[in-house]
Amino acid sequence: MSQFLQFLFSGITVGATYALAALGFTLIYNASNVINFAQGEFIMLGGMLAFFFMQSGVPLPLAILLAIAIPAVVGMLLEKLAIEPARDADVVTLIIITIGASLVIRGLIQIWLGKGAHTYPAFSGSEPFLIGGATLLPQSLWVLGITALVVVALWYFFSRTLAGKAILATSCNPLAAQLVGINTQWVLLISFALSAALGAIGGVLLTPITLTSYDVGIMLGLKGFVAAVVGGLGSGLGAVVGGLLVGIIEAMAAGYISSAYKDAIPFVLILFILFFMPRGIFGAKITERV
Amino acid sequence: MSMLRRHAPLLVLAVVLLLLPLVLPNNYYYDIAIRMAINAIIVLGLNLLIGFAGQISLGHAGFIGIGAYASAILPTHFGWHPIVAMVAGAAIASAIAAIVARPIFRLKGHYLAMATLGLGIIIAIVIKNEAAYTGGPDGMPVPALGLMGFEISGEKQWYWVLAVTLLFSFWASKNLIDSPFGRALRALHGSEVAAQVMGVDIVRYKVAIFVLSAFFASLMGSITAHYIGFVTPNIADFFHSIELVTMVVIGGMASIYGSLIGAVLLTALPQALSTFEGWETVVFGTILMFCMIFMPKGLVPTLAARFGHKERGDS
Repeated sequence: MSQFLQFLFSGITVGATYALAALGFTLIYNASNVINFAQGEFIMLGGMLAFFFMQSGVPLPLAILLAIAIPAVVGMLLEKLAIEPARDADVVTLIIITIGASLVIRGLIQIWLGKGAHTYPAFSGSEPFLIGGATLLPQSLWVLGITALVVVALWYFFSRTLAGKAILATSCNPLAAQLVGINTQWVLLISFALSAALGAIGGVLLTPITLTSYDVGIMLGLKGFVAAVVGGLGSGLGAVVGGLLVGIIEAMAAGYISSAYKDAIPFVLILFILFFMPRGIFGAKITERV
Repeated sequence: MSMLRRHAPLLVLAVVLLLLPLVLPNNYYYDIAIRMAINAIIVLGLNLLIGFAGQISLGHAGFIGIGAYASAILPTHFGWHPIVAMVAGAAIASAIAAIVARPIFRLKGHYLAMATLGLGIIIAIVIKNEAAYTGGPDGMPVPALGLMGFEISGEKQWYWVLAVTLLFSFWASKNLIDSPFGRALRALHGSEVAAQVMGVDIVRYKVAIFVLSAFFASLMGSITAHYIGFVTPNIADFFHSIELVTMVVIGGMASIYGSLIGAVLLTALPQALSTFEGWETVVFGTILMFCMIFMPKGLVPTLAARFGHKERGDS
């Protein structure tokens, strides 16, 4: 039982990061139909920048703020410089543009901060709590608490504010949204900034537990994508549930079956889900018009 | 005359391949030419899937890995003849492709990308983890490829083997595209519903082209393994898949000449970039983005449109 709890705790912690990344994928997908393969790099940026600022003596809150704000700006630049000029291109073309962007981001960080793995102290000590025989790190509580806060804030933003509703309207029908006076270019820009910030938050929170280096973005990003698809691409609730589910299943399988195959598990899961539930768990049933 | 016109591109390619050794100064350049040919053959097959049938695969390196490791493992651990091992690898890759293809091809766009990506990553992880057979992350040596007492060795011999294989693949792809099968593929890329209404069994065609491209990817994986004499799990990883898709898209989707150009350029690029010391990834990524932003249809179709030629088989 204590073992089960232990796996559950670590699964939920990592799963929360996947959920944030999945929300990022979902946001951009809804606003622009683009799958942003650079999403994982924002997670990496968050962790690496937080490390850099803390190492340079910037106080913790400011370091965190910068480590989230800078990736958001990078996200906007990505949209403005690379996605917008290629608006009408094929799905594959857009995927390759975002992959190019992720190579550039990763390459620059590698040149700037080196190839080593980095970490920084947890936000409030590392004395673990004992719950039912399992240990829970205080940092895990930070991860879960902030993720929950972000999810509530996003829900409020999208259902209660005009700006959020403008984004929703654009994702439903860009042309109609434009006709009622929504600045759809602005919506795209905000979506990229928000989703980059979400990824960065995940990276900042998770790094004290798992370390970070210039190349962690790929796997984290791909698993975030798996989480988004598991939940049903385009569904916010699906992204959160999908993220937690992928994290928990991964941790359980790593613990009970084989830790060597830990990284393969989300992908086995996604194949099964796509075979039997082609639109994910929360994906909308749609009839395609011809 | 029309015979000549029809086969002119094939002749041009043959002449280029024949004359190339005259200007290749040393084995280093032979090596690059060989790698270009290997990539070109894989990309020809992948372009049939992506460009002509309109289906994305982000996991093709997985099939290459299967071929490469079949050629490494079966002769080393089980004493199989390399040729038998190569065929077995291709058969395994085709079988995996066929089994997963049916459920996968009910999916579209991003879901399809996700499923193929997942498949490729799983294959790569299995190769990395089964160290008892595969040597794990360090890789393993591959025995030489011999046939009836004759062993292919040295860059020059390999060059001719691949030149002939490339010519054959080029000819086969061209024929395939002009066949009823190719027309069906292009039809389902244009509009699946319209193709279905016209009596094209779309799932069967998609499965067929996926299996075919997996088969060729696996064969070329075997060839690569024998040529280099060593395999590492990198051959099956996500980056290799992306590299191949990039060759298809940069050269030009649904363009046979594009496949050749894309493979040649992107094989040469890393060599050219090695002078940038540490900045290779950044420069490579930047070039990718620029190409895709300014030539979203790829080099060959963009240039062809500019100079007023429309490639045959272009839709």
